[in-house]
Amino acid sequence: MSTFWIILTGALVASACGIVGCFLVLRRMALVGDAISHSVLPGIVIAFLISGSRDSLAMMLGAAAIGLVTVFLIQWFHQSGVQSDASIGVVFTALFAVGVVLVSLYTRHIDLDLDCVLYGEIAYVPWNTIELAGIDIGPKAVWGVGIALALILALLFLFYKQFKICSFDPAMAAAVGIPVALFHYLLMGLVSVTTVASFESVGAILVVGMLVVPPATAYLLTEKLGRMIAYSVAIGCASSVLGYGLASLLDASIAGCMIAVAGGLFLVALLFSPSHGVIFRKLRQKRMIRHRTAS
Amino acid sequence: MKRANPLSIEDLSVAYQKKPVLRDITFEAPEGKLIGIVGPNGAGKSTLIKAALGLIPRLSGSVAIYGKPYSEQRKLVGYVPQRESVDWDFPTNALDVVMMGRYGHLGWFRRPGTAEKKRAMECLEKVGMADFAGRQISQLSGGQQQRIFLARALAQDANLYFMDEPFVGVDAATEKAIVTLLNELKTQGKTVLVVHHDLATVKEYFDWVMLLNERLISFGPAETTFTADNLQRAYGGKLTMLDHGDRSAILVSGRG
Repeated sequence: MSTFWIILTGALVASACGIVGCFLVLRRMALVGDAISHSVLPGIVIAFLISGSRDSLAMMLGAAAIGLVTVFLIQWFHQSGVQSDASIGVVFTALFAVGVVLVSLYTRHIDLDLDCVLYGEIAYVPWNTIELAGIDIGPKAVWGVGIALALILALLFLFYKQFKICSFDPAMAAAVGIPVALFHYLLMGLVSVTTVASFESVGAILVVGMLVVPPATAYLLTEKLGRMIAYSVAIGCASSVLGYGLASLLDASIAGCMIAVAGGLFLVALLFSPSHGVIFRKLRQKRMIRHRTAS
Repeated sequence: MKRANPLSIEDLSVAYQKKPVLRDITFEAPEGKLIGIVGPNGAGKSTLIKAALGLIPRLSGSVAIYGKPYSEQRKLVGYVPQRESVDWDFPTNALDVVMMGRYGHLGWFRRPGTAEKKRAMECLEKVGMADFAGRQISQLSGGQQQRIFLARALAQDANLYFMDEPFVGVDAATEKAIVTLLNELKTQGKTVLVVHHDLATVKEYFDWVMLLNERLISFGPAETTFTADNLQRAYGGKLTMLDHGDRSAILVSGRG
C-alpha cells in the first residue's frame, strides 16, 4: 500500500507541476518558477510560526502570498530598470535567505527540518495521514497536492483561451479586453500553491525539476499547446513511476530518482524527437545537401 | 447629429521612465480613410498606437473611439501588433492564431467553436493563406506570419484598425496582398491607421498621412501633407530629396 501512495503522490505532483510548468516554459519564465519555489520558504516559516502547526492550509496560504509578493517584486524591480535575470536572482535569494534565518532562529522550538523543506522526503508520505471523523482517509500529501491539482484543472477548464492568448500575445490580449495582469497573477498563484503543496513530498528544489523538465520535454515533442500539456503530464507521471522503480532498485532518494529519470527522458526527446530532435535535424540537413549535389 | 469620428485623440502625452515620447498629440481621424503614420525612428509611432489602445499608460490626454472611451468600444477595434512582438515558436498553428481574433467577442467563458473556426478560415482565405491553416506557425515565412496577423485582425470584425509596421520584412507578394486588403477595408468604409516606414510608397498606399516626431508635425490628405517641407520638419534635415520631375525619390541619411 505504501508503494501505491508514494507513486500516487509523485504522479499528482508531476501532473500539477507539469500543467503550470508548460505556461512558465512558454512564457520564458521557467526561472520564475525556480524563484517562487525558493522564496516561499519564509512564507512557510511565518505561517508555521503564526498557526503553530504544520497544518497544510495555513502554510499553503502563507506561501502562496509570498509567492505573489515574489512575482510582484521581480516585476517591479525589472520595470524600475534592473535587468530581469538580476531582479529574479536578487528577489529569490534574499527572500530564501530570510527563510533560512527564520528557520535557524526558531528551529529549537519547532519541528521544521530544513533538509526536509529543501529536499523533501516522499518516502514518509504514507505514514503522515489525516483522519476525517475518526476514519483514516489517506496521506496528507495526497490530499494537499490533489486539491492543488483540482484547482489547476478547474481554472484551466474555465479559462484555457485566456491563459493561451496571454502566453502567446499579451498585447493583443490586453487590446481585446482580457485582464492580462489578473491571469498573470492567477498563474503565479497556482505556481505558488503547487510548489507549497509539493514541497513536503519532493522538496522545494526538486519542485523546480517537475515544473521545468517535463514541460521542456513535451515542448520538443509536439506543436499544439493542448497536446504539450497532456504530454507534459504523461512524462511527469512516467518519471515518478520509473523513478520509484529505480530508487527501490538502487535504494536511493526517491524524489531524486524521479527527477533524474525526467532528465533522462528530456535527453532522449532532445536527441530523438521527430520534429525538434537533434539527430533527425542532422539527418534532414544531410539529405538536403545530398539532394542539392545530386541535382 | 453628425456621427463621431472613428478616433479622436486630445492632448495625448506619453513618457517612458523620464523621457517624454509623445507630446500634446491632438487629432481626429476621419472615417473610411487609410492613414499612414510616418516619422523617424523613435518618433513615437508605435507608442501612439499602444497609448490609443490603452496598452501603455498615458501621462495626460484622452482617447475616444467613435465618441466613447476605448474600454466600451473594444469590439469595434482591430489590432495588428509588430510581428516580432510574439514568440513564433509557440506550439500552435495558423488557424488557431486567427481564431484568437474572436476571443474578445467570446467573453469570459465561451470557447471558440465551429462558428469561430469557419470565420477564421474565411479570413485566412482573404489573405491567401487557407492552404496553411494547419501549419505550425514557426514554419511560416515572415511574410506569411504577417498575413496570419492580418487575418487575425480581420477576424476581429472591427471598424477601426491599428496596424504596427505590417510592411516590415515581408516579400513582394505579401506587400501586394496587404495593399489589396487595405483597399478592400476602405471600400467597406473602415478606417485603418498604419505605422509605415517606407517613404517611397506612402503616397501610393495611403490617402491620409500623419507626420510624427514626438509632436504631431502635420496631419491631413496625402497630397497636401506629404510635402518636402513637412518631411524635412519631421525628419529634422536628415532627408535628401532627389527630384525626378513629378516623382521625388527620398533618401534618409543617418539613423534617427
